[in-house]
Amino acid sequence: MCQVSYVEALRCRECGRTYPLAALHVCEFCFGPLEVAYDYDAIARNVDHATIAAGPRSIWRYSALLPELDGGSERVDLGAGYTPLVPAPRLGEALGLDDLWLKNDTVNPSFSFKDRVTSVALTAARALGFDTAACASTGNLAQSVAAHAARAGMAAYVFIPSDLEEGKILGAAVYGPKVVAVNGNYDDVNRLCAEVAGEYGWAFVNVNLRPYYAEGSKTIGFEVAEQLGWRLPDHVIAPMASGSMLVKIDKAFSELIRVGLVKEGTAYRISGAQATGCSPITRAMKDGTGVVRPVRPDTVAKSLAIGNPADGYYAIDAVTRTGGAMEDVSDAEIVDAITLLARTEGIFGETAGGVTVACLAKLAAAGVVGRGERTVAVISGLGLKTLDALVGTVGPAFTIAPGLGDFSAALDRAQPAQEVPA
Amino acid sequence: MSVTVRIPTPLRTVTQGASTAQVEGDTVGAVVDALEAAHPGIGERILDGAGAVRRFVNIFVDDEDIRFQQGLATPVRDGTTVSIIPAVAGG
Repeated sequence: MCQVSYVEALRCRECGRTYPLAALHVCEFCFGPLEVAYDYDAIARNVDHATIAAGPRSIWRYSALLPELDGGSERVDLGAGYTPLVPAPRLGEALGLDDLWLKNDTVNPSFSFKDRVTSVALTAARALGFDTAACASTGNLAQSVAAHAARAGMAAYVFIPSDLEEGKILGAAVYGPKVVAVNGNYDDVNRLCAEVAGEYGWAFVNVNLRPYYAEGSKTIGFEVAEQLGWRLPDHVIAPMASGSMLVKIDKAFSELIRVGLVKEGTAYRISGAQATGCSPITRAMKDGTGVVRPVRPDTVAKSLAIGNPADGYYAIDAVTRTGGAMEDVSDAEIVDAITLLARTEGIFGETAGGVTVACLAKLAAAGVVGRGERTVAVISGLGLKTLDALVGTVGPAFTIAPGLGDFSAALDRAQPAQEVPA
Repeated sequence: MSVTVRIPTPLRTVTQGASTAQVEGDTVGAVVDALEAAHPGIGERILDGAGAVRRFVNIFVDDEDIRFQQGLATPVRDGTTVSIIPAVAGG
């Protein structure tokens, strides 16, 4: 399946040293993150809207701008991506925004945006000769890696905090990986995996394969641009855990401009959303220091509960450079926003989606996001994964015996002296 | 104060492939100095030009991030394990 590859090398984002295309994620000299470097001139010559439109309806339509390695066998592909970008007029009205859109990533194969990064990472893993997949996860990635490993016939070890939502633990375990539940928070899991990755020859998608993995998130930006008719939106708001997704949406937009796929509507802003109970990035942005200090997470938004975010600095750079903002919200605001999103637009987002919508509400109320801006909010995962957050907030209107009289009586009690539509 | 330091893969080029090192020191800062004495060149990989821990390096004393403790002044006891871990992972 591997087509022409435009990948040149891995390059340190901090010091610029280059490395061969291998399972490496850290610069040996300065510990900076390695990033995939492309031959953009060749991409600009060979790729246009038509070649992309002729591709599959998945992230792989943008394969020219993804790190697909020579010598790879088949892609590890469950059909991630090309998710709907839908106008959100009722939510927009509630928030005071006239041109609001939702990137509905709840409909991915394992129900979160993580399928984008996993598909890219495990495709690279196979090209590099790995037979075992692994990850450190707050839940969504574990499910995605387990699903894609099953698809590819790879063994899998997924490491998670032991106190995750039941839906996320079972939702990963069902695919048959070894689920390693660690008594600690995500940062503990992550540290353990950084060490395990050094000892075992496994493809840790977000450790030793992180340069490839992270590139998968660019496809959110590519799709948004294509779905808007190859124009960029005025404003994108994305949830932040490590900050990587936001950074890669920014990179996607920059690349589209650079290779000439977007020629109009090239000005954009990016804003980031966190839960107040785990807000090391927004705090660094708001306090003006720009220094990301690790925190101990305490939030209902467990998928965003990374206290020591790897891409925090780059997220601050992207938001600052594009003139965006960062905001954070309480657990109560997150739950309210999940129900608001569901009730106005029929999309059931997980807690991270609640974080994004609640932060957007705050930024819109403050005038930071303008009423007329074409704004895209990324809804990154499905609400069924985090039902725990809703317990006690929504439920049956009536619980009754199965008789018409019982129903009528209940309705009368609920709506006394009001007309009931026939 | 004999301390075990776990060396991450990117630094093993400096330690001739060794994944751990035994050094003496009563604070994390002293341990880093001792590492530099034993493996010249390792210090500048861990600390920036101003002598602070590089922003993409995490150091743990007995599995606790020194940023939650006293930074390079964090005390280490005899038999303590110090882990040096690249910050750029996860998410």
